[in-house]
Amino acid sequence: MPYQIIVCGGIAPDPLQTLEPAMGPAGPALKNEMMLPAVFDPWAAHALYEAAHLARQFPGSSIRVVTLAPKAKLQQVMMTVAQKLPFELIPIDGPGGGFTDAVEVSKVLAQAISAIPGIDMSQFLLFGGWESATRGSGCVIPMVAARLGIEDCFLAVDELKIEDGALVIKERVEGGLLQVSRCSAPPAALAWATGSLPEPPNHPQTGMANMRAMMPALQRAKPAGLTGEGFSVPQATLPAQQRQTQVVKDKPAAEISRELLEWIKG
Amino acid sequence: MATSPLAKTYEPLKTLPGDDVRQILWRFSDRFDLAMLVQSTRAVARGPVARLVAAGGRQTHDWTDAKNALLAEFDNSGITAAYMDPEEGGYLEGPKNLALALIAYELAWVDAGAATGSLAGCLALSPIHERGTQEQKDHYMGLAAPAPGKTPWRGAFALTEPIPFVGVETGMLSGRVRIVDWPEGGEPMLEVTKRGRFITNMGFANFVTAAVDTDDPRFQGSCMVILEEGDPGIFDRGTPTKKLVHQLSSTSDPVLQLRVPASRIVGGYSVVDGRIVPTYNHGEIIEAVFRRTRVTVGIMTSAKLLSAIEPLIRYHRDRFRGSGTVPPGSPRYEYGLQMKEDVTHRLLDIWATGEASCSLGFVAARVYDQLDPIEKEKDKVLAEAGIKGSMAALKYFKKRIPEALEFLDLESKAGSLRNKVRYQALKADPVVQYLVIDAQANVFCPACKLWNTGHGSQVMREAVSLMGGYGITEDCPGFLGYKWMDTQLEATYEGPEAVQRRQLSITMTNEVFLAQFRSWITEMRRLASHQPASGACTIASAMDLWLWTLEHLLHSGDADGQKLFHSNRQGVTFPMADALCWLLASRQQILDVQALREQGPLNPAVADGLEGTLTFLNDLCHMQAARSAGEVSRICSTLAYGYLRHPGWDGGCSSCVREDEIFAIESMVPGASGFCSDFVREDGTHDAKAGPCVQAVGLGDFVKLRTKLDGCMAGSMLARDRAAGSIQKVMIPAALDYPQ
Ligand SMILES: Cc1cc2nc3c(=O)[nH]c(=O)nc-3n(C[C@H](O)[C@H](O)[C@H](O)COP(=O)(O)OP(=O)(O)OC[C@H]3O[C@@H](n4cnc5c(N)ncnc54)[C@H](O)[C@@H]3O)c2cc1C
Repeated sequence: MPYQIIVCGGIAPDPLQTLEPAMGPAGPALKNEMMLPAVFDPWAAHALYEAAHLARQFPGSSIRVVTLAPKAKLQQVMMTVAQKLPFELIPIDGPGGGFTDAVEVSKVLAQAISAIPGIDMSQFLLFGGWESATRGSGCVIPMVAARLGIEDCFLAVDELKIEDGALVIKERVEGGLLQVSRCSAPPAALAWATGSLPEPPNHPQTGMANMRAMMPALQRAKPAGLTGEGFSVPQATLPAQQRQTQVVKDKPAAEISRELLEWIKG
Repeated sequence: MATSPLAKTYEPLKTLPGDDVRQILWRFSDRFDLAMLVQSTRAVARGPVARLVAAGGRQTHDWTDAKNALLAEFDNSGITAAYMDPEEGGYLEGPKNLALALIAYELAWVDAGAATGSLAGCLALSPIHERGTQEQKDHYMGLAAPAPGKTPWRGAFALTEPIPFVGVETGMLSGRVRIVDWPEGGEPMLEVTKRGRFITNMGFANFVTAAVDTDDPRFQGSCMVILEEGDPGIFDRGTPTKKLVHQLSSTSDPVLQLRVPASRIVGGYSVVDGRIVPTYNHGEIIEAVFRRTRVTVGIMTSAKLLSAIEPLIRYHRDRFRGSGTVPPGSPRYEYGLQMKEDVTHRLLDIWATGEASCSLGFVAARVYDQLDPIEKEKDKVLAEAGIKGSMAALKYFKKRIPEALEFLDLESKAGSLRNKVRYQALKADPVVQYLVIDAQANVFCPACKLWNTGHGSQVMREAVSLMGGYGITEDCPGFLGYKWMDTQLEATYEGPEAVQRRQLSITMTNEVFLAQFRSWITEMRRLASHQPASGACTIASAMDLWLWTLEHLLHSGDADGQKLFHSNRQGVTFPMADALCWLLASRQQILDVQALREQGPLNPAVADGLEGTLTFLNDLCHMQAARSAGEVSRICSTLAYGYLRHPGWDGGCSSCVREDEIFAIESMVPGASGFCSDFVREDGTHDAKAGPCVQAVGLGDFVKLRTKLDGCMAGSMLARDRAAGSIQKVMIPAALDYPQ
């Protein structure tokens, strides 16, 4: 059976950049965020690669990526992501950072998905990141699922297998354990942890084919119209860096790790 | 004195210019195909290539498995196929010069040897692509195109031979071709003997395009011929060259003695009076090939200069962090070595050179993209007119030059003042357009190869020294030491600096080029009237001085009446070629920043922080313009005066003022004696010096232009100071993004 997979994924500043929270006129933001290079959110990227893997196994499957992000930045990000696998992009123009309200974001994403013609709930899988590199609230996908009326929602997914049409899903749970669930059929929502797939290599021909459709879609992207009403971020700070150096000789590794643990615990 | 309206306070550069900015500067913001190519090449460069360099892959001359694995990376990421048309297995439509330049840029950002390895394959295919017969193109491009599950054929280009044969002088070929069998009405069989020296890709090439000369009265002149590894005879790859540079590419000295059918002659042949006459001699093919591939070599050095900026800023800023005696928040902690003016100023020189040389390299690539289709149309016109051979074509072009000049004249006029019908007719004429663009290309290509690599290598040394001892270690961030060494090869292969200077000294005197050069002076002045602090006026004045000097050298002789501008007088022609490069690079840098000024506000990802980016890049233009003007000024003065004989006292002193006259003048108009150059004392003696000061007849205008140019330096050091402020403030990534 083919699947209709929708991947919700935003963009995040390249993690190698200096990311410094700063108060802007509209609340906290990252310093020079619009000028920094961005990447496809790494959590959502795992979801996307898993989607590609699944789609390859079930011919006729489709992948659509719904993204809420500033479209000029999204366009640059697509120059890489679009080369990895064939998919349709549904862009929504709006702020991409971590300082937006997850509730509002989920509403916008759900609306965009609802507006896609020809969705068949019996084939529908909602994919996304368990968290995001920008906000890390871990609640966008469950909220989108709820708005779309999808009841089976799995968080921190590391593996999806299809057995006789049923979805067999491995989720991370507390205490380093994994929980295996069996969901008889779509629709289902899967918020991915890291999965197990490597980043697919770039394939320029795929990229060219994708971009021919993505460029007009980006040009047409509608503004998200986020209001931010009733939501505020009073403060944002980075964890302080600490550096304490000791010069020691011939200390066993076990001893070093014990000391490190104590130091981290404070 | 009126001052230019420069703000005292200014918006500093906030972040290093990103992809969006570069796409506007280098004019490919409307090309998503190229933007994607940049990303996929970057992933290879900063991933597998960088990892191999960091793992010590450059420590051996041999072609190792690890080096060989990079070829597959190039194939999979689209780098190999970027050279090909879609019908040949590629994926990019249209001309590929800018695409290849961007590949070179991204790979050389990390390691230029990797760039060379990838581009040498294109070099081997170029003779076939540019001049091959349709069958040759279909066959070899098909073999070389990567596809899933297929290992593509790879090629090498063999021109250079063991000493004493071809090197800089491409005419001294010792490689030979002779006919060993010519069946009645059938295809002749050739025996090709070629020993190569320093041949790139030779460690793994499946075919070689080799330049050879005739060794047979039945074979006319030289040609290029395709040799395959399976051909009968000797295909000895030779021992690897013990290179100090570009170790990620394969280089060796092959020995080839093979029997091949005459259909392997690149471009085919005809039989005239029982002799094989190749359609193209090796010189014609090489010219068509190198004029394109040299641009990418120039870009390699430019990429390295810009790649040095981020590691250097990080090194300087972090220099004292972590020391117990330098507390966080103190200037020393925050700015590190950037507290020292010299550190920031030298870094600015590296940055400005990098920007200018990228501007020059990428415009050269774009000019070739423009030229490629026009050249094909021109070929069609020539074929229809029955004009065959390069001599006949040259004669035809000579006749059409007045139309090219007329077109340029009309173009320099405001729209309302020009004869529109005539202008449109000339604009639509492929031969006229070919003459105009070709004149540019013939200058931009050698200029970028010469200046980007030659001057670039000197500036790269500065980058290494700004990193202190770390700079000359293998683990220097950004591999700066390797990059410096590598620049020397970029300045050497595909025609060393002397070859580029020689070519420039011919092409820069082409009247179609000079007509464009004149219009560029007006263009710079116009731009300067809107952007007074951009350096555009400085460059216009320096261009005036260069042009005046060129005319002077073309039409005058030295102290002995010998012609000055002459192909044998490389002491005259070569420095003028160097001076021109500075001007072209600066001009293009200014034009690129102007493009950003115009288009930046339209892109929201660029508009944020644009003011600071523009101020900074504009300041770099201004600094660089002053530097260029200084070079031009020095070179022009040396040449204008250097060939005059200094007058001595023995030649009499008719121009000297008598000492008593000086006293008299001084008593009437105090200070006026300062205007008298030399004086003679009553006893007939003079001041202790070489002779009377030189007052050269005919150099009056030169003196005026040069004095004016000196004044044009105003503001350039203020620009430098302001840019240095940005260097201290600009935000850089937390860590270098390679090796990944
Ligand atoms: C790593 C590497 C890879 C290479 N790859 C290839 C390849 O794939 N295919 C290929 O065919 N070749 C290749 N080459 C050869 C390269 O193109 C030549 O080394 C280069 O063109 C210079 O020739 P040469 O070394 O014989 O220098 P020479 O001809 O000996 O020149 C040395 C110097 O003498 C001076 N000089 C010489 N002639 C003149 C003149 N007319 N006017 C003024 N000054 C002059 C210049 O200063 C010049 O730099 C490669 C070389 C290297 C080092």
